[in-house]
Amino acid sequence: MIRTLLQSRNFTLGLILILVFALAALISFVWTPYAIDGVDIPNKLRTPAWPYVLGTDQYGRDVLSMIMVGARVSIAVALVAVGIGMVIGVPLGLAAAAKKGSFWDEVIMRGNDLVFAFPSLVIAILITAIFGASAINAIIAIGIFNIPVFARITRGGALSLWERDYILTARVAGKTPTRISMEHILPNVMNLLIVQGTIQFSLGILAEAGLSFVGLGVQPPMPSWGRMLAESQTLIYSTPTLALFPGLAILFTVLGLNLMGDGLRDIFDPKVRKART
Amino acid sequence: MTLLTIENLSMKIGAVEILHDVSMSVAPGEILGVIGESGSGKSMTAFSVMQLLPDAATCTGAITLASTDILAASESDLCTIRGNDVGMVFQEPMTALNPVKNIGDQVAETIRIHEPGVSKAEALARAREALDRCELPEDRFPLTRYPHEMSGGQRQRVVIAMAIARHPKLLIADEPTTALDVTTQAEILTLLKRLVTEDNMGLMMITHDLAVVSDMADHIVIMKDGEVVEEGPAATLYKDMQHPYTKALFEASSHQPDRNAPLKSPPLLQVKGLIRDYTLPREKLLKAPGKFRAVNDVSFEIRRGESLGLVGESGCGKSTLTRAILGLEAIQDGEIILDGAPLFTEGGVNPMARRKMQVVFQDPYGSFNPRWKVARLITEPFHLLDNPPTGLAFETAVDQALISVGLTPDDKHKYIHEFSGGQRQRIAIARALITRPDLIILDEAVSALDVSVRAQVLDLLAELSEKHGLTYLFISHDLSVVRTITDRVLVMKAGEIVEKGETESVFDTPQHPYTKALIAAAPRLPDDSPADIKETA
Repeated sequence: MIRTLLQSRNFTLGLILILVFALAALISFVWTPYAIDGVDIPNKLRTPAWPYVLGTDQYGRDVLSMIMVGARVSIAVALVAVGIGMVIGVPLGLAAAAKKGSFWDEVIMRGNDLVFAFPSLVIAILITAIFGASAINAIIAIGIFNIPVFARITRGGALSLWERDYILTARVAGKTPTRISMEHILPNVMNLLIVQGTIQFSLGILAEAGLSFVGLGVQPPMPSWGRMLAESQTLIYSTPTLALFPGLAILFTVLGLNLMGDGLRDIFDPKVRKART
Repeated sequence: MTLLTIENLSMKIGAVEILHDVSMSVAPGEILGVIGESGSGKSMTAFSVMQLLPDAATCTGAITLASTDILAASESDLCTIRGNDVGMVFQEPMTALNPVKNIGDQVAETIRIHEPGVSKAEALARAREALDRCELPEDRFPLTRYPHEMSGGQRQRVVIAMAIARHPKLLIADEPTTALDVTTQAEILTLLKRLVTEDNMGLMMITHDLAVVSDMADHIVIMKDGEVVEEGPAATLYKDMQHPYTKALFEASSHQPDRNAPLKSPPLLQVKGLIRDYTLPREKLLKAPGKFRAVNDVSFEIRRGESLGLVGESGCGKSTLTRAILGLEAIQDGEIILDGAPLFTEGGVNPMARRKMQVVFQDPYGSFNPRWKVARLITEPFHLLDNPPTGLAFETAVDQALISVGLTPDDKHKYIHEFSGGQRQRIAIARALITRPDLIILDEAVSALDVSVRAQVLDLLAELSEKHGLTYLFISHDLSVVRTITDRVLVMKAGEIVEKGETESVFDTPQHPYTKALIAAAPRLPDDSPADIKETA
């Protein structure tokens, strides 16, 4: 399995990109080149040069250190948000498929439509504006919008599986819809969910950056890629690198996740897999 | 003069040899039957004629179509030949047509691709003519019809109209009737025969079913593993066959498993006045949705140890009836009693009754969760038991079930994709047997199998019924199979049982006009086929 995964160029490239940022986030827990809350006015707005590899900001904080800690925030927020979407959305989708055409199917799917009908970032801003700007509220806001995505994709995949003969034999064996959903349906829609998960993960990173950009994500002094971009706005002509590096960090993480998603989809799709061999 | 000559054709895909030294020919107005089981290379031979082969394929030998050397022809020449000189009809009429275009446009399109000078109006006029020739008259099938408004047989007629619209010299039909009901199959075969005579066209008819070609082909070629094992004029081949594979194939087609007549025993399953309605989609917001009665007042019983056949064409309600008996769908009226206990009780399906029956479905590929190993797959029905076996008893039960269907205990560690279609169907039977049920419902259980594999599975079923005293409800559209394995038979049409009785008497002296039509439509091997000779000898 791992070998087939690594044969996909997309997947391998994406994986390397993600590993770089994940590693940076992990290292930041024990070591960063400089303290991220160390204001050091004499060294402010340094251009990238040793020992400030990526330069410093207007308070003299080291940009590399901030990007490392920012990776931690971005990954954590996006991961938990995807987790919320999966934990709530997948069971809803499985239930809707198991009770296809019933009252509950309608309630679940129309509820999804309702959430889908609002532009996600605007509602996320609304939620964080009402309940206060914090990482937790950002996670919840992004997570809510992942629920209908996972519910729909699970229901779609599950509906075609419910028509299979092996589901009928499981029903003949007296298994309940819940048990069939867990034993037969879920493992067979897992491929879809993993691929969608990587895509939602990258969207989560973008959403977190967006919320932080407007000041509704994690609060200072905790650095975040989105806020680094926002703070560098006024300095974009004097010190363009200040905006460049957090922007590149977002770009490469999202690119890495999308490449991984593409690679996974190719690998899980039997038609593409056959063409490859 | 011959139209198509294939001489010593060998074809490789990569390093694998798919066809080896295949030779055959078709003359104008001649019907060539190419017969073989799956993997015999019969379809690949046809694709070679069109040069519609995978990229990695290389052909050696010679294919000559109306004095054109196909193997030497350029791609643009081949494009002219396809559709111009050769028409093709495929197995699956449901996917052969474009669902968003009406039938007139689709037939006209094939004309205009090859004759760019033809105006749209003229192409449509010729499309109309082609459809008329395929017995789709204008008053019932205007050019503006869409494929979804037509039945499978009617769609296959449209596909044939597309193939013959330009009066090709050769028509290749790859399993054209396999997906169709027997009465529809008979109509399509008659149509093909008529078109061959009218246009003096050559027909290459590819099929796995000996009986289908036996009364229409002039010449028959039998293929196995990419080689031609036997060929000859259809009229004499049945008598003069030499190759052991041909003989085995004939025997398998009319195979009769050894069975003992059942004793007069008490009924195991009783179905009384069963009614099953489906709710149709709501047409208007405030109007009550309509109902469709799929099973209407059906009553019958199966005695213990008996094998009962249920015959009918697609849409007759036999699958709905099966699902009702299995307790998978609620019934609107009537009663199902299994071994004295009602199946449906106040609290839902009675688990005691459900434990006494199991099912084997048609599709050997769709019947198993691809992520489970065989041991887990076949023990799924243990869920029905209060105290399912564990540990050593579990292992023994798995091993015994696999051995009883002719597999080995080691197979339990494998995944389902490691098995062939016939082996999978054996595993499905092992799964059905593992809880030692009294009744096994076989829903088209052998329909997807090759004839020789089918014969083996039928033998296995007969043997198991003897050994374990099993009762079978055998549901099929294939009359010849039902005839060989059942004691009594029910004929179902439009949700009702129209005829019932002892299998032999129903087949020999059918009473209901529908039964008569079904039996008349079923293709048959010639009466002096070796299977009969063997029986009399």
